[in-house]
Amino acid sequence: MSINTDTARKVAKLARIRVDEAELPALAEKLSSILGFMEQLNEVDVTGIEPMTGVTPMRLKRRADVVTDGNMQAAVLKNAPDAREGFFAVPKVVE
Amino acid sequence: MNANSLTISEARDALRKGTLSAVDLTMSCLTAMDAGDGLNAFVHKTPELALEQARAADARIKAGDAPAMCGIPVGIKDLFAVKGVPTQAASNILSGFRPEYESTVTAQLWAAGAVMLGKLNMDEFAMGSSNESSCYGAAVNPWKVDGRKLTPGGSSGGSAAAVAADLCIAATGTDTGGSIRQPAAFCGITGIKPTYGRVSRWGIVAYASSLDQAGPMTKSVRDAAIMLGAMAGHDPKDSTSADIPVPDFEAALTGDIRGKKIGIPREYRLDGMPAEIAALWDRGMDMLRDAGAEVVDISLPHTKYALPAYYVIAPAEASSNLARYDGVRYGHRAQLAQGDGITEMYEKTRAEGFGPEVQRRIMAGTYVLSAGFYDAYYNRARKVRALIKRDFDTVFAEGIDAILAPTTPSSAFGLGEQGGSDPVEMYLNDVFTVTLNLAGLPGVAVPVGLDAKGLPLGLQLIGRPWQEADLLNHAYVLERAAGFVAKPTKWW
Repeated sequence: MSINTDTARKVAKLARIRVDEAELPALAEKLSSILGFMEQLNEVDVTGIEPMTGVTPMRLKRRADVVTDGNMQAAVLKNAPDAREGFFAVPKVVE
Repeated sequence: MNANSLTISEARDALRKGTLSAVDLTMSCLTAMDAGDGLNAFVHKTPELALEQARAADARIKAGDAPAMCGIPVGIKDLFAVKGVPTQAASNILSGFRPEYESTVTAQLWAAGAVMLGKLNMDEFAMGSSNESSCYGAAVNPWKVDGRKLTPGGSSGGSAAAVAADLCIAATGTDTGGSIRQPAAFCGITGIKPTYGRVSRWGIVAYASSLDQAGPMTKSVRDAAIMLGAMAGHDPKDSTSADIPVPDFEAALTGDIRGKKIGIPREYRLDGMPAEIAALWDRGMDMLRDAGAEVVDISLPHTKYALPAYYVIAPAEASSNLARYDGVRYGHRAQLAQGDGITEMYEKTRAEGFGPEVQRRIMAGTYVLSAGFYDAYYNRARKVRALIKRDFDTVFAEGIDAILAPTTPSSAFGLGEQGGSDPVEMYLNDVFTVTLNLAGLPGVAVPVGLDAKGLPLGLQLIGRPWQEADLLNHAYVLERAAGFVAKPTKWW
């Protein structure tokens, strides 16, 4: 299956990446090439095979449900492009 | 010989004997690093931190408390968070980011006394096989045989170039589909990708979390054993890191592989494989046979599907992992126009911050995870991944100790020569390396010879899970038999 300009536009929107209208055909072409490569997987018989979720069979460790760090507001905000009054600042979200 | 061209083991022995100080060794590396700017390997330098750590290392060695990495100057791939030092994953979206925390791997290296020279170039977010997707521009391979500048490989291209050019004693790398082993092969050095879970991923910028694994890039197999020991171990901060003891990898280098069974996977003998690569592989078999190992033909039937499965799974995980770069908490935020809301902020920030290959992989991953395609692509790829792992499980259960294969389908190619029109062309570089990431297995690249052009070629050994010690011993035998001592001639 190949990706057309409409699908490329939709995927870019879902990925929250702005793509100029003029660049969509070239993007669609490159994504189609990647997709065509992926389609070799259709040759494989996967009947009855469970999808692999982890590489080593191992139980995730558990730990006590306690606070292990915190109280570092300044460090958390240090790299923010816009931090004000102890918060991350973003454009208005709610009208 | 200048001190910067020493191996870890040579430097360690000289430091302990007192014939060399960590400060002198560090000065030698800093000089080489500054003279190596033409390679574009180091992208953030930390000379003051290096000298401070070197002085502390000298004091520690004098006091008799000197682990093997004490006083050894290393370069760190730009993917590892180092507190207070720019950490960008070679991406503009992380421009200006200075972590307030330290990755577990680098914390362990500093605790062992290692010296930080600076951050090393790489492909953006470790997505690439040529280092050309870096926001810093490509690192350059120190090997040069004509007028062209060659790629050092990728994604850990800066690490491989810096080690091969003796700008540092060793470096860290990470490997998601071959990103330690392919650049190691292109630059004529050694690199090991450990078993998934051997080394903590905490504080390493994530690409594809079920595949990413850090490892050392060094001038010898012994050095890889030493440095892996310092990097490995259980970390409660990484839930996928294994709580099993770390053996003494260096002590395992006995050089004795008599009676071991080496598998030669017939599916790796690709149509159109260059004769030089095939001949090198045959020579590798002879070397292991001469050392008393038994070389047997094996089959890994799903090999062909590893690369397409990887290019579903890795972008899928990346599209999720890289959702965090939104211009809110760290890094770049686009200038907004009047009336732009939060969606425009996300979209403009991510369009400006991510390079073209990263954007493509995020979008490919978004597509395969989107409603209606999840089963057809993502789940199918995960099932194929299970079959690839089963191929390996089967041959190991039949008594195979290690698998020998080429590392790369060619020697280093020129910058700008691949992947320009079709991204898939570049992906084919990972054809021999990517299978073990999917299966979680350890693999080591060892330089074995030069091709007719005079460029390094490597072979790869693949081991059983958690048996890096045994794997490194096989690599040690290959290294000694190959006797690869060639070094690039300085032109930079």
